[in-house]
Amino acid sequence: MSTAVAQKKGFGAFIWDYLTTVDHKKIAHLYLVAGGLFFLVGGLEALLIRIQLIKPDNDFVSAGFYNELLTMHGTTMIFLAAMPLIFAIMNAVVPLQIGARDVAFPFLNSLGFWLFLFGGLILNCGWFLGGAPDAGWTAYAPLSTVSPGHGVDFYVLGLQISGAGTLIGGINFLVTIINMRAPGMTYMRMPLFTWTALVTSTLILFAFPALTVGLFLLMFDRLFGSGFFNASMGGNSVIWEHLFWIFGHPEVYILILPAFGVFSDVLSTFSKKRLFGYTAMVFATTLIGFLGFMVWAHHMFATGLGPAANSIFAIATMAIAVPTGIKIFNWLFTLWGGTITINSAMLWALGFIPSFTIGGTTGVMLAAAAADYQYHDTYFVVAHFHYVIVGGVVFGLFAAMHYWWPKMFGKVLNETLGQITFWTFFTGFHLTFFIQHFLGLMGMPRRYWTFLPGQHLETGNLVSSIGAFLMAIGAIVFVINVIYTSVKAPKVSGDPWDGRTLEWSIPSPPPHYNFKQTPLVRGLDPLWIEKMEGRKGITPAEPLDDIHMPNPSILPFIMSLGLFIAGFGFIYQVDNLSYLWLVILGMGITLGCMLTRSVKDDLGHHIHKEDLEKEGAEQ
Amino acid sequence: MKGWMGKFRALGIFGFLMLVLSGCGKENLSALTPKGYGSKAALNLINISLGVMIFVFIVVMVIYAIVIVRFRKKKGREDYIPPQTEGNKALEVIWTVIPIILLVIIAIPTVAITFDLADESAADESLNVNVTGNQFWWHFNYEGEEIQTSQDLYIPTGEKVYLNMKTSDVLHSFWVPALSGKMDLHPENENTMYIQADEEGVYDGKCAEFCGTSHSLMDFKVIAVSPEEFDQWVEDMQNVDPEAQPETADAQEGQQLFQDNSCIGCHAIGASPAATGPNLTNFGDRTTLAGVKEHTKDNIVDWIMDPESMKPGNKMADANYDVSREEAEKIADYLLQLQPSDITPESAETNE
Repeated sequence: MSTAVAQKKGFGAFIWDYLTTVDHKKIAHLYLVAGGLFFLVGGLEALLIRIQLIKPDNDFVSAGFYNELLTMHGTTMIFLAAMPLIFAIMNAVVPLQIGARDVAFPFLNSLGFWLFLFGGLILNCGWFLGGAPDAGWTAYAPLSTVSPGHGVDFYVLGLQISGAGTLIGGINFLVTIINMRAPGMTYMRMPLFTWTALVTSTLILFAFPALTVGLFLLMFDRLFGSGFFNASMGGNSVIWEHLFWIFGHPEVYILILPAFGVFSDVLSTFSKKRLFGYTAMVFATTLIGFLGFMVWAHHMFATGLGPAANSIFAIATMAIAVPTGIKIFNWLFTLWGGTITINSAMLWALGFIPSFTIGGTTGVMLAAAAADYQYHDTYFVVAHFHYVIVGGVVFGLFAAMHYWWPKMFGKVLNETLGQITFWTFFTGFHLTFFIQHFLGLMGMPRRYWTFLPGQHLETGNLVSSIGAFLMAIGAIVFVINVIYTSVKAPKVSGDPWDGRTLEWSIPSPPPHYNFKQTPLVRGLDPLWIEKMEGRKGITPAEPLDDIHMPNPSILPFIMSLGLFIAGFGFIYQVDNLSYLWLVILGMGITLGCMLTRSVKDDLGHHIHKEDLEKEGAEQ
Repeated sequence: MKGWMGKFRALGIFGFLMLVLSGCGKENLSALTPKGYGSKAALNLINISLGVMIFVFIVVMVIYAIVIVRFRKKKGREDYIPPQTEGNKALEVIWTVIPIILLVIIAIPTVAITFDLADESAADESLNVNVTGNQFWWHFNYEGEEIQTSQDLYIPTGEKVYLNMKTSDVLHSFWVPALSGKMDLHPENENTMYIQADEEGVYDGKCAEFCGTSHSLMDFKVIAVSPEEFDQWVEDMQNVDPEAQPETADAQEGQQLFQDNSCIGCHAIGASPAATGPNLTNFGDRTTLAGVKEHTKDNIVDWIMDPESMKPGNKMADANYDVSREEAEKIADYLLQLQPSDITPESAETNE
């Protein structure tokens, strides 16, 4: 629908529309496109890494460039691909699932996106301005504080700005889910995806400030001569490790929980059953979120915290396996007794279960501290976290895209291409990463630019590189599928999957205001309940009336642009103090926008009852 | 599509067999062929947890296979609506309690071994070595023995050797997979771990904490010899005369060049604590150059002429010296005859 409108209005208006939009559905598109592009960039970096490691003593890329690649691959995939793609799905789906017309803070929603995008751009500017960050995505001090050039500065400023965007997005969804649910949508009737979005938003709220603090300290160390992590000035490098992982571990759950939510919805829809053990699933989700904050030091078993600390964190980590196991079994029993349709979305969900089980079991193995002394910082860890992040999060994103594509764009992704994507990507994924468990134990540490011949590491690395190419083919086929579908595929109805939740009760793509009349929710899987009782749609909770909608605004874009400019000022004032003018200019723009926003009343607009009735008649 | 599961499993089993047949990695490098106290303890724990986890995986996969085979949508029953089961309390309890029991089975040995590997009660009566990590080489200072070496750590077999570790620059991690798990080196605090080799051998060591450009080239060796051989080595190393005159004329010239070019300013020979660059006391006995290259005269000359090309980012590239290729060859001659002890890596390899 949006493209059709754009063609009528012209390209400039189309761009302007997206620059100023505060509509959660369009912001979802923005997140999807930006996150998708960064995903391809991160994937390209991964391919270069695997080409370098295809044979021993290779010099396809230089050691320094390799370090930039591995740093940017990790940083890009976590912060610029996985996070925004999850925000894309949350934006597209959560307001619809709870029967809301928009998020609680549409303006902030837009601001969150633009901050993320400009932060991501700063991060990648390093490639063109003398070197990308090269201290690893974990940026351990003192390597990160002494790394020459401006590479790590791009990391610090880029993540600080995009992190602020993520934090804003998280707060927005937290408030949206708490405050904007339709009448009757109690907490224990929320779809699992909305539940996981709620818990993830809570985790963002508590985890990201730790990263913010850490990045500020790092920024002061690098740009303003402080010594928080500098031992010779009385600082301590371990503090960075703690701050980073107090953020970094919950971050893993921030990514994986929404994927769990996707699978819960997909498995239930395509086995035509309600989710088995819904209550247990909800409690398992919140418990994982809670325990996720208690286990950060398992990334630091080799730091030398002592056997008592290591044992405590080992046991806390193992405890997370219990709620995760509960989830796996409840998914299996959701399928049990159902009538299973296997399509692309379902394939990703079914591929996820064994893949993630492997990632989960190696997670328990890693939790055994004394054994982790061997696994730590080797390819075993690389294998493990790709099993959970690719096998969990990326599979979840693919499932989500296949499942909700018709809701977002009104068209079903091509099934044949979808299956080709799945099988190549799935096979490639296991080829790439399974063997890496063994490589790690056979003595290959991670972040190695090259490995020596004669250490029995050749075969494993070759297999791994071949797998990476298969994954790349899968990803490319998906891009082809998206283009093919948008050109060729026919429009579908609002409910192509025989869905169970509220988003399937409205047209695809949904109108600007989502729900003409706020729906009345009468239980879990509200649409399914109505269908079973022979009704066509959801019972409205209110008579047809004027709808109040927020106005678009360019301010979030300009505000983020200001911080982007100021970021460069901060980075380059080390070389030349006159760059401080950039800081003043950029901060001036941002603060000016904030002032404008504060003093100028923007009361939004109304869609009138008469227009709604007319639209109804046309449909 | 039926049958793909079977094919896939078969492929998996085949792949696994190939792996088993190709061995568990290189002897004296792989953590899967443990030769020391720490690595054996770790492998035990790995096996316990792996066993439990394989059991869990099999249970999940059996249910998974049944579900996929039995509950696919059937032809002619497209409109079938299955009963909307809410859940089952008994099942929930089962899959909460059994995993807890399984985790306890892993947790008990985990805690026991973690404490055992951190046991420092015997540190005072044992051999202590102060380890310093540097970009991108290792320095070993034998406490109370007046012995310093770099890159090669000689230890006696059958006893715990305590390593007190610190870094001079960025973080590093000391890892000899076949002997023990790893531990990080920090600039502000000393970390202590012990290693114990049960068999003689030359063990490969690696830096496991990302430390910059040549992180992947920061290999070192642990040379485990019998206690008698070790005592001999200690004696030889303590009696080194740093100024001893080499036998050949080339080497003598090399010695002069070594001093004239201030090589000695960074590279100590003997037990001098100066350690800006690697200590070269027993350089002639090393098995590798810079940890990763073959220990040949040609390579040494190449290194002196252009260290950056062999180990990017190393500090010798910035050092201020100017030697011709011929001079470098003489320096190499000098360095290669620095063999103060009869106890060499070969002693560890031949005396089985």
